[in-house]
Amino acid sequence: MDRDALIQRFTDVVGAHGVISERNQLRTYECDGLANFRVVPSVVVLPETSEQVRSVVAACHQAGVPFVARGSGTGLSGGALPVSDGVLVVLSRMRAIVEVDLDNQRAVVEPGVLNLQVSKAVAADGFYYAPDPSSQQVCSIGGNVAENSGGAHCLKYGFTTNHVSGLEVVLPDGELVHLGGKAPDPPGYDLVGAFVGSEGTLGIATRITLRLLRKPEAVRTLMAAFEGTDHAGDAVSRIIAAGIVPAAIEMMDALAMEAAEAAVHVHYPEGAGAVLIVELDGPAAEVEHQFAEVERLCQEAGSTTIQIAADDEQRALFWKGRKSAFAAVGRISPDYYVQDGVIPRTALPEVLRRIAELAGERGLRVANVFHAGDGNLHPLVLYDGDVEGQEERAEELAAEILYACLEHGGSITGEHGVGFDKKQYMPKQFGADDLQVMQLLRCAFDPEGRCNPGKVFPTPRLCGEVPGPRRVHPVEAAGLAEVF
Amino acid sequence: MAATLEGLERGDLVRPATGADTVDGIPAELVAEPASVEEASRVLAAASRAGKKVVVVGNGSKLGLGNPPERVDLILRTRRLDRVLEHAAGDLVVKVEAGARLADLQAAVAPAGQWLALDPPEPGATVGGVVAANASGPRRLRYGTVRDLIIGITVVLADGTVARAGGKVVKNVAGYDLSKLFCGSLGTLGLIAEATFRLHPRPAAAAVVTLQVKRPEQLGEAVRQVLRSTLVPSAIELTWHDPFGPSGVLTVVIEGIRPGVEAQAAAAAELLGEVGEAEVLGPGGTEAALSQLGALPSEKAEVGIKVAVPPAELPGALTDLATGWLGHGRLAAHAGTGVLRVGLSGPNPGDPEQVEAFAGVVAKARAALAARQGTLVLTEAPPAVKRAVDAWGPPGDAVELMRRVKRQFDPDRQMSPGRFVGGI
Repeated sequence: MDRDALIQRFTDVVGAHGVISERNQLRTYECDGLANFRVVPSVVVLPETSEQVRSVVAACHQAGVPFVARGSGTGLSGGALPVSDGVLVVLSRMRAIVEVDLDNQRAVVEPGVLNLQVSKAVAADGFYYAPDPSSQQVCSIGGNVAENSGGAHCLKYGFTTNHVSGLEVVLPDGELVHLGGKAPDPPGYDLVGAFVGSEGTLGIATRITLRLLRKPEAVRTLMAAFEGTDHAGDAVSRIIAAGIVPAAIEMMDALAMEAAEAAVHVHYPEGAGAVLIVELDGPAAEVEHQFAEVERLCQEAGSTTIQIAADDEQRALFWKGRKSAFAAVGRISPDYYVQDGVIPRTALPEVLRRIAELAGERGLRVANVFHAGDGNLHPLVLYDGDVEGQEERAEELAAEILYACLEHGGSITGEHGVGFDKKQYMPKQFGADDLQVMQLLRCAFDPEGRCNPGKVFPTPRLCGEVPGPRRVHPVEAAGLAEVF
Repeated sequence: MAATLEGLERGDLVRPATGADTVDGIPAELVAEPASVEEASRVLAAASRAGKKVVVVGNGSKLGLGNPPERVDLILRTRRLDRVLEHAAGDLVVKVEAGARLADLQAAVAPAGQWLALDPPEPGATVGGVVAANASGPRRLRYGTVRDLIIGITVVLADGTVARAGGKVVKNVAGYDLSKLFCGSLGTLGLIAEATFRLHPRPAAAAVVTLQVKRPEQLGEAVRQVLRSTLVPSAIELTWHDPFGPSGVLTVVIEGIRPGVEAQAAAAAELLGEVGEAEVLGPGGTEAALSQLGALPSEKAEVGIKVAVPPAELPGALTDLATGWLGHGRLAAHAGTGVLRVGLSGPNPGDPEQVEAFAGVVAKARAALAARQGTLVLTEAPPAVKRAVDAWGPPGDAVELMRRVKRQFDPDRQMSPGRFVGGI
């Protein structure tokens, strides 16, 4: 089927107002939140119902055309980067909250629903949706599902994957299936668990059943300043060792504070080398008791000043500084690269020193703002693209930071995803067999590899290979057979 | 009969099966007890070359789950894969081999004031078995199930391929989450050889509030009140005296630090007091209640049933289950999460008429539960009953996709063939 015929087919399905094929309009969709990579898609389709998504995907399948799903396009790994000969399925018009079922603590939503929209819809009843990526005002639930999005509060409450119990999915061949639901422990494979975080490579979620949580009775937040990140890191270790699971522990270093201060005027303490934002929530009596303990532990770790949020307004300000930090860095540097890596929490001081060293070697600055409680680092590599060679050095540095994370047993991504950006690092974190076995899942869902191709994996396998003749056993291949 | 597998260079990795080596009454020919991932890989690769069907067994505490396997040539026992490999206390992470018993894992991390927040009822359960069977207990209300706690996995596929996914950091989105795919897969995708989990601080204090429940509607109201409150209970458990009779006890467990626990228990008692006769238990009663918490309704039951419904449907599910069952039984539920377990003496497996009647009762209950978006699974039954009643029930519209997953991971249907959903 040629492009014109496909456009006609899409127009029949979604109407002319739901199909974009003019090149200048298509450029609106050439990148997601990671603007370094740009590809203009062949066609953009904006379906409004599950059935329309199904028809669009079925048409792609029949035509042998690859497609990429996109929500709000806030992703930071190029996961929604279009393919030039493919279709971009934009789900932003599917923005209905289909059902709110408070007795079962569930909401059923369409993929284009914004993250914060869910919490707002149930706030009056005392509920909320826990995962809170920094982009929560604009990012979509469908995108959250694809990326298994986290957020500051996932230390205590977990990630998107812990808050999705059911999915309606359009598979890459256009078939519609239901995975999980409202009831616990559905018999069969946990395909909800396999799908969430698959970065759009297994199909398109068209309805999502979310867990809702009761808002906690009490929330207390403090901001503790320290001489440097070592002391702040020590405070984190003490808090965890005391058996406290805060809702969030966030850290910002001096450079990140400088940027955030310029943007939102949080009034960080003068001369502080690092601040921690620690938030506790839960039953009031427990929170009060543990909050006092956190305060004491911060002091013991050498905190110079501790500010306690007096009210919701001040708490919001603390968080605004933290959540706007990425964008705020734009005020102190013409260009910057947001890195996302994970290390065991206990390796924090060592890895932060290593990052400073690596930055020093390359004459670049790195602002650190991160989820300290779970070791999820977001080093922001500052550079000036107009200065010859700086961009390359920044990329190198960003890569070196990931290697440092891996050396400490960590991960190349904690929440932004592998996407297009990091697929070349996958073989650094996983062995060839590990990647091959992951591909088996891909082959079950998308044997023709047309669903968000070119993402996550550096070298997709051809699915026709299995069952075929037996592979050489890895132990034999590795020459270990003689060992025994 | 050759007591080895062709092509297995180390004959000592397998031994002939004895009469006790059966799954659902089906005798095995060989038994392997590998002591390392490499050995497990060699055994599975050799079994694959020889066309042998393999069932993986931990301590066998949930071996009754699922349909009878089509064939059992080799039982792979994980009991020698029993090491706790790494406990990073400061990171609240533990990595273990699959054959390690959950109790041993708990003992290993307890000195650090930590625990793996899983409390399944089956005594002696291994970690691999808990993962493979998706076993859970009362505290799933607060901590979730094994899928929510597992952060990394090492698997050995049918052909011996060793693969890892996830890692040892809690927050990690690199690659597909195969750990979750293997949760509840009942040995049909491959051997779970190692697993890494996030740990939680062990609560320092506990309180228990009980409510006498006289009718299903009262149960529904009580659970709803607690779930809608700002209380954070670890568990809300129901025990029903007479299996399908009119009364039971609802137990709300609150855990944390002493001052918080006391305040919450008082609040819970007040809340439940509006629904019925509620009481905060004293120290002795608390200890007794906690030691009984989440026990299977009947250890001697011939037939085990697990019903899962959205929690608000629990009273209705009780009504659905109230009539027509054969034999005596007991019932208990994780009322806050909508998981209900029944232990029955069951039909006489030697009496085809009784078995057929039982199949009819199950089918009727399944239809009623389906209207509540719920399911009914047989967790234990004599082979004669299992031949008459599919253990899993209707698999839903994703079953073909599940079969495709199975075909990719285990194209020759070597691993536990026939035990799983939809004949997988």
